[in-house]
Amino acid sequence: MSAHSDKYIQRYNAVERLNHWMTAITFILLMLSGFALFHPALFWLTNLFGGGTWTRILHPYIGVVMFVSFSSLALRFWHHNILSKNDIQWLKQMQDVVQNHEHKLPEVDRYNAGQKLLFWTMVTTIPLLLLTGIVIWQPWFTPFFPRNLDRFAVLLHAFCAFVMGTGIIVHIYAAIWVKGTMRAMVRGTVTRGWVKKHHPGWYKRIEQGQDH
Amino acid sequence: MALQSLDIWRRSATTTPSPQQREPIEVAKLIDVTKCIGCKACQSACQEWNDVREEIGVNVGTYQNPHDLTANSWTLMRFAEIEENGNLEWLIRKDGCMHCADPGCLKACPSPGAIIQYKNGIVDFAEENCIGCGYCIKGCPFNIPRLSEKDNKVYKCTLCSDRVSVGLEPACIKACPTQALVFGSKDDMKDHAAERIAELKERGFENAGLYDPQGVGGTHVMYVLHHADKPELYNGLAKDPQINPMVSIWKGITKPLALMAMAGAILGGFFHYIGIGPNEVEEDEEEEKA
Ligand code: HEM
Ligand code: SF4
Repeated sequence: MSAHSDKYIQRYNAVERLNHWMTAITFILLMLSGFALFHPALFWLTNLFGGGTWTRILHPYIGVVMFVSFSSLALRFWHHNILSKNDIQWLKQMQDVVQNHEHKLPEVDRYNAGQKLLFWTMVTTIPLLLLTGIVIWQPWFTPFFPRNLDRFAVLLHAFCAFVMGTGIIVHIYAAIWVKGTMRAMVRGTVTRGWVKKHHPGWYKRIEQGQDH
Repeated sequence: MALQSLDIWRRSATTTPSPQQREPIEVAKLIDVTKCIGCKACQSACQEWNDVREEIGVNVGTYQNPHDLTANSWTLMRFAEIEENGNLEWLIRKDGCMHCADPGCLKACPSPGAIIQYKNGIVDFAEENCIGCGYCIKGCPFNIPRLSEKDNKVYKCTLCSDRVSVGLEPACIKACPTQALVFGSKDDMKDHAAERIAELKERGFENAGLYDPQGVGGTHVMYVLHHADKPELYNGLAKDPQINPMVSIWKGITKPLALMAMAGAILGGFFHYIGIGPNEVEEDEEEEKA
């Protein structure tokens, strides 16, 4: 791809970056408004949305926007996230991962196994959040569902939100931890050294002109 | 009605004790279905006292009117025609909030102070704090709270907490012409029920008994039933009502644990950064050719 220069390699184009941040902003708003109702210790977060009632009203609409935005993002990145043999080995060496012993790890392509797992976690939980969210959406939809399904839906919604919340904490931390990553989503480019170090498999393909 | 009394046993979505210094007596309403004639005086009195009115409905071949509890009808006479021991029986039950000792509605509610359980046992909704999420509806094992289409707040029987707090009996009690409805301390109501049950047994209703279900810690609205062994006969009164296990898991210990796990993840990240440090690309790694 011609967007690569001597110093930088293009990782995300402008549309991908906008799509990512659209998803991220709506996702954060969902975390704040959702967890406000999750436990009394976090109810103060409703103040950010104009009170409890506004929080209850806004959350599901933001959810629908997030779902649409995420779906587009997921389709764009889907084919990069197919798990490979190397990924299993990578996961077994989690110890080396957290200790920054990257040279001991199997060759990573465009995404490492941790990134891929987070991707698939999102691909399963976000549709579940949408479906369960619709069931518990008052006053529009809840009255059409049996009471026990409503109870199950709110339990599953809270559980998926917990899984996603924890996943996103790891996702954000990874971007802080691995220096030079943030600019991939902000500017679209990363340095050649960053790619060689963290994604050597991808680097090889770029050099061979196979990257897309 | 949050200002009328400071004697609060529990308050929704609140993790510290509410003002509960004083020791009021526990109250109860006793509904003796064996004395009820289905006149609905209590239903009318409820609407009159609480200033709510039901829309005029249509008759679908039963005396039950309206057909269900609504945001305006906080109590409803439910009529059932059943055959028991070869006899046709017309069972009439005054339905409404049971004022559970362990209220599922309050457990489920995410909004601080939207549901209040007074120390006298009354469970009251404070609509000004209600956010309209409908969680209490999921929590209630008796299918009682109703979300209003007008304001998206939930409504139900208050046990006339406003009247009780100034020493009056609930409006329904005052209106009942047969004394099928009585009100007083929970202990007195149990004693009164025991006398009635003994009488009913003498008259041949050997399964007569009191409905004060322990699965929800007992209730502050109790029934005297001729068929206490089969409460389902009375338009599906639950035999052993309990807060649904899905609600208990959702609102139980799992939430604080989930919060701790998430806080742990944040803290873990911070300590990792301090202890092991970031993963950086050194300058020489940047320069060396692939
Ligand atoms: C995908 C579309 C989504 C829809 C339609 C949706 C809908 C809802 C609805 C209707 C509620 C009930 C309260 C309310 O009405 O505001 C709710 C609660 C909640 N939502 Fe969502 N939501 C979605 C996505 C998310 C996401 C992505 C998160 C966070 C990762 C989230 C976290 C929560 C939490 C924590 C609660 C409170 C659950 C509880 O009280 O236990 N939601 N959601
Ligand atoms: S009957 Fe339902 S609404 Fe009434 S106190 Fe019990 S759980 Fe709450």
